[in-house]
Order: sequence, then structure tokens, then C-alpha cells
Amino acid sequence: MANIKTIDKKSKAQSMGMHTEVLTGRTQQKFFNPDEAENFYYFGTYDVDFNKRTDLDVMNMSAPEANKEIDNLMSQGYGTIVIKNPQGKHSLGVGILNKLNLIFEGSLGYFGMGSCDGPIVRINGRVGWSCAENLMAGKVVIEKNAGSCFGAAIRGGDLICKGSVGARTGIDMKGGTIIIGGDAGAFTGFMMQRGRIIILGDVGINLGDSMYDGTIFVGGEIGSYGSDAVDAELTSSDQNWLRRKLKVAEIGDDFDVSKMKKIVAGKKLWNYDNLEPTEKKGAI
Amino acid sequence: MAKKKGKKTSSKKQVRGQLGKKKETAREKMIGQTIGYRYDVNLLPDYKKITPFLKKYIEAMGWDDLNWLEDVHMGYEDDRPAVFCRNANGWVTIPKSIKLPNNQQDRDMIARELLVKFQMSPKHPLVDLKKAYLKF
Repeated sequence: MANIKTIDKKSKAQSMGMHTEVLTGRTQQKFFNPDEAENFYYFGTYDVDFNKRTDLDVMNMSAPEANKEIDNLMSQGYGTIVIKNPQGKHSLGVGILNKLNLIFEGSLGYFGMGSCDGPIVRINGRVGWSCAENLMAGKVVIEKNAGSCFGAAIRGGDLICKGSVGARTGIDMKGGTIIIGGDAGAFTGFMMQRGRIIILGDVGINLGDSMYDGTIFVGGEIGSYGSDAVDAELTSSDQNWLRRKLKVAEIGDDFDVSKMKKIVAGKKLWNYDNLEPTEKKGAI
Repeated sequence: MAKKKGKKTSSKKQVRGQLGKKKETAREKMIGQTIGYRYDVNLLPDYKKITPFLKKYIEAMGWDDLNWLEDVHMGYEDDRPAVFCRNANGWVTIPKSIKLPNNQQDRDMIARELLVKFQMSPKHPLVDLKKAYLKF
């Protein structure tokens, strides 16, 4: 762990009390034998059985109560949980860091399935803003439409909406795949840094605005390109991967992926830290 | 008079970096700093190269494909091949005993396998952190 060491005041900033301590020794060595861990079990998670199934009616529960009950059921080994009457409640199913088969029979409100790591989720309705925000791993399928900021800042996993989504889909995403069966709104892929977005329908204005990296595939019409978003060549490897992914998403069986457009970052916004002083000089 | 110690000069020019490439990229020269990635972050996985361990892992988790591991690649840290562990927020260097293949796709599969094993190991840093700070 990093050691916290108090140092004498040296610089002007330090004398002003802005920072009086320094972090040293951040590197730590941990050794492990690759053969020791073939248990498919993460420390601190529940060992659930997908064949053990139960229902949970959340009609008269608040979101924290419902989430705690899901956790309680997982601790009892339930690997498949069906949530009845979600009734558009906000923040349902957040923070599940476990493998789990979760089915919602209805719609979710804002921030549904946020900060999850591992579950397979099916929502037989619609979702509000910021569905599956910060998803780390797993698969979330929405049968109908989704609100704006769909999959904001996701790091990994597959997020699928069979209908259409609002604006700023995949904003600030750092990994994973977002798949949309219908249309997407403005500023899709805004500031994305890594990962992939697939849109089978049309997309609004400013697609991939200020994207640092990552890839966007579009099947329909593009409203307009955002800053630093450029076209790229669709390779055979891309097409094979797209066919595979659409099969996983259970959409677009007969969709012709060879006609999709591929958009990537022009990388003119990359690593501008060292260029900044020059720009400042120019401005002064 | 004391003999002046000659500065030892290595005949080999030290190269920091980069699988396959030995020089800085034009972009790195231009911006004057190293770009951390030593691989194409957009490289899509070749599922023909998947290892038996990864197949078992996918099955155990109930997924259809590599899922989050699609974003995991073999990189380079301090002149050694390594894979980034987002849970520990650090690079896990690959043991010297593991011989690395020539192509990035095979290297990526090895990186994915090692990363999953590391994260499931009781020696993963998160195990201690969870014991100390886990709230519920």
C-alpha cells in the first residue's frame, strides 16, 4: 500500500497548505501461481445455482429494500430471480457484483442496473435514464425502448436495447459493447474512450463527438458527425464480429452487416497535455 | 593521480517499450510523452484462438462470449509484457516462464486467462481490501 509521509514545506503551494503530504511506494508486489485459481469463483461473491429459481414481488417495496432482498436471495444460492411489478421504480438492481440470472417483468425507472459486475439481466419493458451506468461485466437486455444516457460510462459487458434509445448513449464509455436495434439520439458516443456501439437504425446529430477512441457501427442514416469522428474501413474481421454479436443480442438475424458504416476517432484530441502550453502562448 | 573512471557505455541501445516496435511512434514524438497503450485498443478478438480455460470460464458465468474480456489485451509495463487489472488498478506482469507467441491475438488470450486467474486468486489485492472495508 502507498505510504503516507509528511514532508517539510517547500514550494509556494505547499506553504499555502495545499499539499503537505506525499504518497510514496505505490508499487506493491503480489505473487500468485496461475495454477492455483481454477475455481471460477471471485472472493466475496455468492456461489449461486442458475437452476435454483424464485420470484420476488417488489410492488410494496422501496428500491433499497428490493435490492437488499435480491442480495439476500443470492446469499441463499438462488441463481435465477424473477422480479414482479417493478412499476418503473428508480435504481432497481444496482450494485450486483455476482453472476446471476435476473428477469424484470415490467419497466424500470432511472439508473436501473447501475454499477453491476457479472449478471445476465432481461427487462421485459422500458427503462429510464442511465440504464446500466458503469456496467463492468455481464449482459443486460431491454426488450423495448430506453431513455437518454443509456450505458453511460460502461467499462465492459454487453448492453442491448431492442428498441430505440435517447440522446448521449454510451457517453464516456470506457469499454464493453452497446447494441441498439432501433434508432439512437443526438451525441451518441459522446466522449467515448474505448468500447463499441452498434446501431442498426438511424442516429441523430453529433455522432461520436469528441471521442478519444472506440468504434461505432451504424446501419442506418447519420444525422451528422461530431468533432473528431471519422469514417473507417469496415474489415472482414469487423463483419464476422458484428454477426457474432448480433446473434448474442438476439436481434438483426437477417441484417446485412456488410453495408454498415464504421466510425472511429480521428485522434486529433489525443494527449494534448504537452501541447497545451503552446496553445496558451498563442492565446496570450 | 587517480585513474579517471571511464563511463561504461552499453553497446546495446536501451529500448523502452513496445511489443514489436522499437522506436517511438510519430505521435509520441510530437506530443513528447509515451502513449500508455502498447496495443490496438480496438482490436476485436479472434474466437478461433480462445483457450480451453476461457471456454470453461464463459460457461461458468453463463455468458455467450468473452463479454468484458473483449477489452483485455496484452500490454507492456516497464519493459515487460503485462495485463492491466482494473480491479487492482495496476499492471500484472506476465511470468518469464510463459513463452509468448508472436501474434497479438494469441497474446491477448493468454492475458485474459491470466487476468481471470489473478482476479480469482486469494492473493488478489481486493481480497484484503474487501476484508477490511466491505460494508454489506
